[in-house]
Amino acid sequence: MAANENVYYVPAQSRLPLLASIALFLTVFGAAHWLNGSAKGPWIFLTGALLFAAVLWSWFATVIHENMAGLNNQQLKRSYVWAMGWFIFSEVMFFAAFFGALFYVRTFALPWLSGAGDTSSTNEFLWPGFTEQWPLMTTPDMVRHGEQAVMTGPAENMSFPGFKAMLGWLPLWNTLVLVTSSLTVHIAHGALKNNNRKSFNLWLGITVLLGISFVALQAWEYHHAYTAMGLTLNSGIYGATFFMLTGFHGAHVTIGTLMLLIMWLRSVLKNHFKPHDSFGFEAASWYWHFVDVVWVVLFFVVYIFG
Amino acid sequence: MEHGPAKGLTRWLFTTNHKDIGTLYLWFSFTMFLLGGVFAMVIRAELFEPGLQIVEPNFFNQMTTMHGLIMVFGAVMPAFVGLANWLIPLMIGAPDMALPRMNNWSFWILPFAFCMLISTLFMEGGGPNFGWTFYAPLSTTYAPPSVTFFIFSIHIMGASSIMGAINIIATILNLRAPGMTMMKMPLFVWTWLITAWLLIAVMPVLAGVVTMMLMDIHFGTSFFNAAGGGDPVLFQHIFWFFGHPEVYIMILPAFGIVSAIIPTFARKPLFGYSSMVYATAAIAFLSFIVWAHHMFTAGMPLAGELFFMYATMLIAIPTGVKVFNWVATMFRGAMTFETPMLFSIAFVVLFTIGGFSGLMLAIAPADFQYHDTYFVVAHFHYVLVPGAIFSITAAVYYWLPKWCGRMYNELMGKTHFWLAFIGLNLTFFPMHFSGLAGMPRRIPDYHMMFADWNMISSMGAFLFAGAQVLFLYIVISTIVAGRKASDKVWENPEGLEWTVASPAPYHTFSRPPPIQ
Amino acid sequence: MKQRAGKPGSPWLLAPVLAGVGYPALAAEVERWAFNMIEGVTPISREIHGLHMEMFWWCVAIGVLVFGVMLFSMIFHRKSRGVKAAQFHENTWLEITWTVLPIVILVLMALPATRTLINLYDTDEADMDILITGYQWRWKYDYVNDDLSFFSNLSTPREQIDGLVAKGPYYLLEVDEPLVVPINQKIRFLITANDVIHSWWVPAFGVKKDAIPGFIKESWATIIEPGIYRGQCAELCGQDHGFMPIVVEAKTEADYQVWLSEKQAEMAAIRELTAKTFTFDELYQRGEQVYLRACAACHQANGEGVPPTFPALKGDSMVTGPIADHIEVVVHGVRGTAMQAFGEQLSEVDIAAVVTYERNAWGNNMGDMTQPIDIYNHKQGK
Ligand code: HEA
Ligand code: HEA
Ligand code: CUA
Ligand SMILES: [Cu+2]
Repeated sequence: MAANENVYYVPAQSRLPLLASIALFLTVFGAAHWLNGSAKGPWIFLTGALLFAAVLWSWFATVIHENMAGLNNQQLKRSYVWAMGWFIFSEVMFFAAFFGALFYVRTFALPWLSGAGDTSSTNEFLWPGFTEQWPLMTTPDMVRHGEQAVMTGPAENMSFPGFKAMLGWLPLWNTLVLVTSSLTVHIAHGALKNNNRKSFNLWLGITVLLGISFVALQAWEYHHAYTAMGLTLNSGIYGATFFMLTGFHGAHVTIGTLMLLIMWLRSVLKNHFKPHDSFGFEAASWYWHFVDVVWVVLFFVVYIFG
Repeated sequence: MEHGPAKGLTRWLFTTNHKDIGTLYLWFSFTMFLLGGVFAMVIRAELFEPGLQIVEPNFFNQMTTMHGLIMVFGAVMPAFVGLANWLIPLMIGAPDMALPRMNNWSFWILPFAFCMLISTLFMEGGGPNFGWTFYAPLSTTYAPPSVTFFIFSIHIMGASSIMGAINIIATILNLRAPGMTMMKMPLFVWTWLITAWLLIAVMPVLAGVVTMMLMDIHFGTSFFNAAGGGDPVLFQHIFWFFGHPEVYIMILPAFGIVSAIIPTFARKPLFGYSSMVYATAAIAFLSFIVWAHHMFTAGMPLAGELFFMYATMLIAIPTGVKVFNWVATMFRGAMTFETPMLFSIAFVVLFTIGGFSGLMLAIAPADFQYHDTYFVVAHFHYVLVPGAIFSITAAVYYWLPKWCGRMYNELMGKTHFWLAFIGLNLTFFPMHFSGLAGMPRRIPDYHMMFADWNMISSMGAFLFAGAQVLFLYIVISTIVAGRKASDKVWENPEGLEWTVASPAPYHTFSRPPPIQ
Repeated sequence: MKQRAGKPGSPWLLAPVLAGVGYPALAAEVERWAFNMIEGVTPISREIHGLHMEMFWWCVAIGVLVFGVMLFSMIFHRKSRGVKAAQFHENTWLEITWTVLPIVILVLMALPATRTLINLYDTDEADMDILITGYQWRWKYDYVNDDLSFFSNLSTPREQIDGLVAKGPYYLLEVDEPLVVPINQKIRFLITANDVIHSWWVPAFGVKKDAIPGFIKESWATIIEPGIYRGQCAELCGQDHGFMPIVVEAKTEADYQVWLSEKQAEMAAIRELTAKTFTFDELYQRGEQVYLRACAACHQANGEGVPPTFPALKGDSMVTGPIADHIEVVVHGVRGTAMQAFGEQLSEVDIAAVVTYERNAWGNNMGDMTQPIDIYNHKQGK
């Protein structure tokens, strides 16, 4: 069957959606049990997650086959483009919630806690002695309860250490790695358009490696934070915002790397993608650029001006 | 590929057909509506008179919470998505939704999500009892353990909504028949396009805020805890950044429905089509900058208070344009009053009343007296019940003949309307009074001075419930035994959906239809 | 004493409803049928009432216009009258008119609202400060300038709520210790909470402010008439949200001063009791009262609690363990749970009493007891 420009391909019945729903349900159901301390939780979670992975696998396989069988006309491809674009927009909004929280805390909550604004009584009666700083090293709880404080700040923070110590500062390297990877994936795309398979594989491969190194560096940074800096999720609002923003970003890098890796494997092993028919790869690369942009914002907001 | 529906259960489980999926959505939402309604009945029964009679206060709070959540996420939103599934491809001359498999996935997430949500009621410590707005720290540090399940069910409902919205946008932007330009699209399509955009913009924010809750509960972060430098009010800002657009998500498609029905029965084209489109866009835009009107008493700085008051008041302008356009459509028409029209007219009147009380709430200093009283409950039920629910009901009466090829019984339809209309006003109008007299919301027991209004409300609610049972009967009896409907169904309705047979064939517009 | 409720309004409006529901005597029913916001007894509450009415009449006017045109069309432009539908469907001037007109109306509404709001936010130059803290489910009042503080609990008996006895006139709107304030003074309320969010609302003052844990929000009132004013917590704060009323007694300056010195003397007397040694029975009996007032909402009168949120005390290992641990939990609470630090809320005498009670009630029969002075020492860290 060749794509007829006038006929939109409506797929036949499929069990995948239902299976995907079941898998998703098991995953979160298991996760909730797990968090609530039930011993069954991890197993249900794992079953769900594996099933989910399997479903995604065969779902994408189906889509790829349909495309190669020529069932997809230009219009359907445009649908995929729109869908990916709006999906990325939804991700932007997800990050916006966390950036918004950071903004709010720094602009409003902390100044109020230290007595700014109309209601200086907050500081006077509830947190006497607390003064706003960022990164927040001394939490209101520490000021008030001293040794007994539960919500304690970190011992050290991740902020820009000044130009002298810059080279030993991990986030800078992370930024370099990620920005470079955006460039390499772009070069790969160009190579694909020029039908230069070898160069495409090379540059895409490099991108994947860069992605992996980013994640590794990030993991190292976390390890350092937890073991050497006393910076944890529990380190007051600084720790909370730091780990949530970088953590969700890291999770997205991981997913993006996986996506690119799969694209790389498809190209290397199966010779997928043609110069003008490579949406799978393009979608992954958009996602990659998006992840990169988030990092740049994060770098400035969390590290430089943090 | 001309394949008809598969046989048996698999037709529904594995379907990729927009009409089947639309049907699934609609039945699911109706089920949830009945369930949410039963919870409301528990509330109304407990509030029938002062004193604690039927339920414990803690269970009462669970009922309030579940009622709100289920009505919003389980009844109204899926109903509109169901209508979108059925109607958008038909209205724009598309063969199906843009991404049919994902469409089915969006649906099938919901039953699981809601089973999980409802199951919390049977868990140790009870279900969510912190209101549908789940303010921290009542919903974090002080919540029952089932809150974890609540959070994850919100997550996957959100995923479902986002996918549904992406699908709708892709369909509208990409699958219009040649010649169906944007400014020729029926208003229902327009309003859904904008609604979908709102959904994609705010559902992730909801996901973000419940994620923060999850972290506060299980991983010791302090987003909503001042001791660690956070702020409980931060929760409210993020929640309402989602929550306010959410209420317009529940009304914009309704505007689209009414804009289709009124012209048909007034036999006159819709007045001011393009201004309707612009007004919808304006409402959507404004909905992003008014969220803190839910937080006037939370102690924002004066400047914020003033900004959100002014911005909120502005929404009256585009909404007013819509109301005036509907009235102008009716003016000098040749009207008949079939059931869909009755529901639509009631929509215009009662929604406007709800809008008026909304505007009163927007006046920040006055909101200091209204906030968290039954006046607010009256406001939002007036925009939601005769707003969202009536528009959905009108839509069902209007398009049911097209869906199943059979006509409902007009007399029964009208009976349903009048019962619902009277029941609803009896239920919710007195709430204005009890609220102004000082009755707080979310309480299981109250002083005698509110007793009489509450008794009226409860009786009205039971009447309204009866009307909904009648509705269920009417729908079923129409599907199985209604008399045959013509392809056009109504005298001179506008739109592509009326050009196909009744019932609409399983596959329509496999080739794009010509547009005038 | 003044009970301000809704104005009677026009009774005939209600007559049909009354007849329907079957209440015969109108006069006595006025308060029950209250249907409008009260004017209240502060300048702000009166301004708000004025705004409210103004808004209401605007809405009525617009409603009459819009619904009037609709009704007109529904009557005269119906097909059964044989009319032919006109086909017009656009008119730019009309659209502009009905965009601009509402703008004008909105500006007219916004102006007075802005004025009132600015006024409402002006908490400067107050004559006295009262720090109000919401607890699950009671209010604490601190007279910041007068070294006086106490808790205010719902005083409606459980039997009334369960319908076992007739409900009193102030059902659910009565407390053991009302907040007492002088009239004609600018009182600044500093509002906060200890656990979850509450909201301190007294309709007659036009004051409603959320009590946010960890933050203090301000509001103010100048009361112009002496009287008793009642309100309720207005933010969902858990199980007993409906049962934490607010009662404010406004007195003339002279009466207020009398009350203040009496209250301070009473407080001093309680402090003195700390040094006294009580018998077991005294403690047990007092403890039962304290328990019902402060603990039973969560742990239940029968000590069985509502697990898992509120653990049982009957047979609980904490209660039947070392007495020092028991005191520690009561005095300092358990952080991160609903168990509050009652050291701030109850006097030494009451804590000693309630600990003794808990250790001996419901068959716990530990047979031991503790004295106020032990609690005092515990608090001092000894
Ligand atoms: C479908 C849902 C829906 C819709 C459409 C609206 C519409 C509006 N809402 Fe409402 N609202 C809710 C659902 C909705 N709301 C819910 C669920 C809550 C409570 C949430 C909770 O706390 O649980 C709430 C609460 C709520 C509050 C908070 C109250 C409080 O908690 O203290 C406020 C305050 O400003 C408000 C305002 C408005 C306004 C100004 C509009 C406007 O859009 C209305 C505009 C319409 C008109 C004004 C009528 C038509 C106009 C004309 C005829 C033109 C001429 C008119 C004039 C110039 C006056 N709403
Ligand atoms: C679209 C949304 C929607 C809809 C349709 C409704 C519909 C109804 N609502 Fe609800 N409501 C909310 C959204 C909605 N509500 C929200 C968001 C809240 C706030 C929650 C919170 O505070 O957190 C709320 C809160 C709320 C309260 C305040 C609770 C409180 O503050 O404690 C009350 C009280 O009367 C109420 C009543 C009703 C009633 C009687 C109906 C009726 O219209 C329902 C009618 C339907 C049926 C009854 C079902 C059909 C009948 C049967 C299945 C037969 C069996 C029936 C019997 C047993 C009699 N609602
Ligand atoms: Cu305290 Cu509600
Ligand atoms: Cu809103």
